[in-house]
Amino acid sequence: MTAFARRSRPAPTRAATPALGAGEPMVGIHGVDVTFRSKGRTVEALSGIDLSVAPGEFLSIAGPSGCGKSTLLRVIAGLTGVSAGEVTLRGTEVRGPRRDVGFVFQRAALLDWRNARDNILFQAEMRGLPRAWSRDRAAELIEMTGLSGFETAMPFELSGGMQQRVSLCRALLHEPDILLMDEPFGALDALTRENMNVELRRIWEATEMTVVLVTHSVAEAVYLASRAVVMGPRPGRVIEEFAVDIPGHRAYEPTLESAEFQRVSAGIRELLGAGAAGD
Amino acid sequence: MTQQTENVPVRTAARGSDPPTEKPPRENSRWASRASAAVYPAVFLALLLATWFVVTGAGMVQPYIIPSPADTWSAFVDHPEYLWSHTLVTTGETVAGFVIAAVVGVLVAVLMVYSPALEKTFYPLILFAQVIPKIAIAPLFVVWLGFGASPKILVAVLMAFFPVVISGISGLRSVDPELLELTSTMGASRIRTFWKVRFPAALPELLSGLKVAATLAVTGAVVGEFVGANSGLGYVILQANGNVDTAMLFAALIIMSALGVLLFAVIQVAENLLIPWHASRRNRG
Repeated sequence: MTAFARRSRPAPTRAATPALGAGEPMVGIHGVDVTFRSKGRTVEALSGIDLSVAPGEFLSIAGPSGCGKSTLLRVIAGLTGVSAGEVTLRGTEVRGPRRDVGFVFQRAALLDWRNARDNILFQAEMRGLPRAWSRDRAAELIEMTGLSGFETAMPFELSGGMQQRVSLCRALLHEPDILLMDEPFGALDALTRENMNVELRRIWEATEMTVVLVTHSVAEAVYLASRAVVMGPRPGRVIEEFAVDIPGHRAYEPTLESAEFQRVSAGIRELLGAGAAGD
Repeated sequence: MTQQTENVPVRTAARGSDPPTEKPPRENSRWASRASAAVYPAVFLALLLATWFVVTGAGMVQPYIIPSPADTWSAFVDHPEYLWSHTLVTTGETVAGFVIAAVVGVLVAVLMVYSPALEKTFYPLILFAQVIPKIAIAPLFVVWLGFGASPKILVAVLMAFFPVVISGISGLRSVDPELLELTSTMGASRIRTFWKVRFPAALPELLSGLKVAATLAVTGAVVGEFVGANSGLGYVILQANGNVDTAMLFAALIIMSALGVLLFAVIQVAENLLIPWHASRRNRG
């Protein structure tokens, strides 16, 4: 039993969608191309992507700016359409914006006129989730992410890190099976970022959630992930995959000092070239 | 027995949370700073009044050019019912014009933001209606609508409409695109997204536009009265001008300004109630 599954009632959203068959991937990406047209030029944002994400996996996608890693994440959520190929999410084809995901952007994107708790409950209101259930769930998430005492603070009263915690709670409120994060900690200072990494890892360890994280930071990618994918630009494609074989709980400093972490980090840095990693 | 591992999330003490920002002081000293902010305009106004007293009292100008403060005051005191009834007329026209402009303006802004075809069709027309000098078309409205309140209200609407539409459009467009993408992953209807996200996000700019519109509505109503009326402050000014009763003219001007300021203040209060979260509100004092 996990901290997430302690409630008596199941999440209202989960019952509505079919369960994943055995051995079926959470995300399946097959031969996906994405081309954008702007001012007569065509830009190949993604080319020939084949990637699958297993249920419960933590996948990091690292790569330099302009390699299409954010586009790939948006493709999974159905926010960007594909030019060729097929994307499946939880066993069904992605044809438009998907409701069964939690999405976190680099900027917290909070509603300025709502306090922290009401920003989290925004997810429930838009989905029409039961009020009492949502309030319990929000309280649980507030406690889990260390937002206790800040429930009624307005966004402008919160630091960047606290705002991003609210954004994370909002993305988790409806208990999605998959959390998609687009450089969620990119705008934070180094120390806050480390703290958030530790908390995200702890939350993931406590759940059976699948996470796909797009990041610039090699350390973040490796510390958090069960598997790290490196992408390259022009056209955006997958260059290499690394399994990060550090089982169980990952305390921050010991993990960063471990041989496995060093090995994978070095491998990724080599692919990205010196200085291209951005951290 | 089933396995019962109570997996209570462990608060990592060392790196548990980043330092939260201090909550800014809320109410303390706000009123004090507001009072001190009122001192500057009060002193300036007093100086202006003093100058008025000195200039007219010393006989430097003829009373028919600038009446003395005492004469102006007696214009108020001697004709309270006359001024009051005409003030009511202008106030009614102004408020009616402002409300119509606000409602229609917001509706048009919403339609234009949601339909590019409508925007392409009506934007040039709205711009055209804005650049026509209102004083020049006001006589036409008198021909069309007669001497009642409607031509005055129409001029007030035309004056106030443009800032409402412009601020409404730009406010509705100012919403964070990521927020809209987020709502699309929530499966919310467009109407719900409008009321929960777009409209509140547009309020700060819309209210700025409404403030401009309120002051313009007063001007519009008076311009309407200038070209053909038998009541209202515009009519009072024309009469006073004809009788070389400058004191009465001054009295009417003061009431008109007060009317504009009052409407402006009403919207200011609405701002404080509706958007206390906005930067323009919370950084004051």
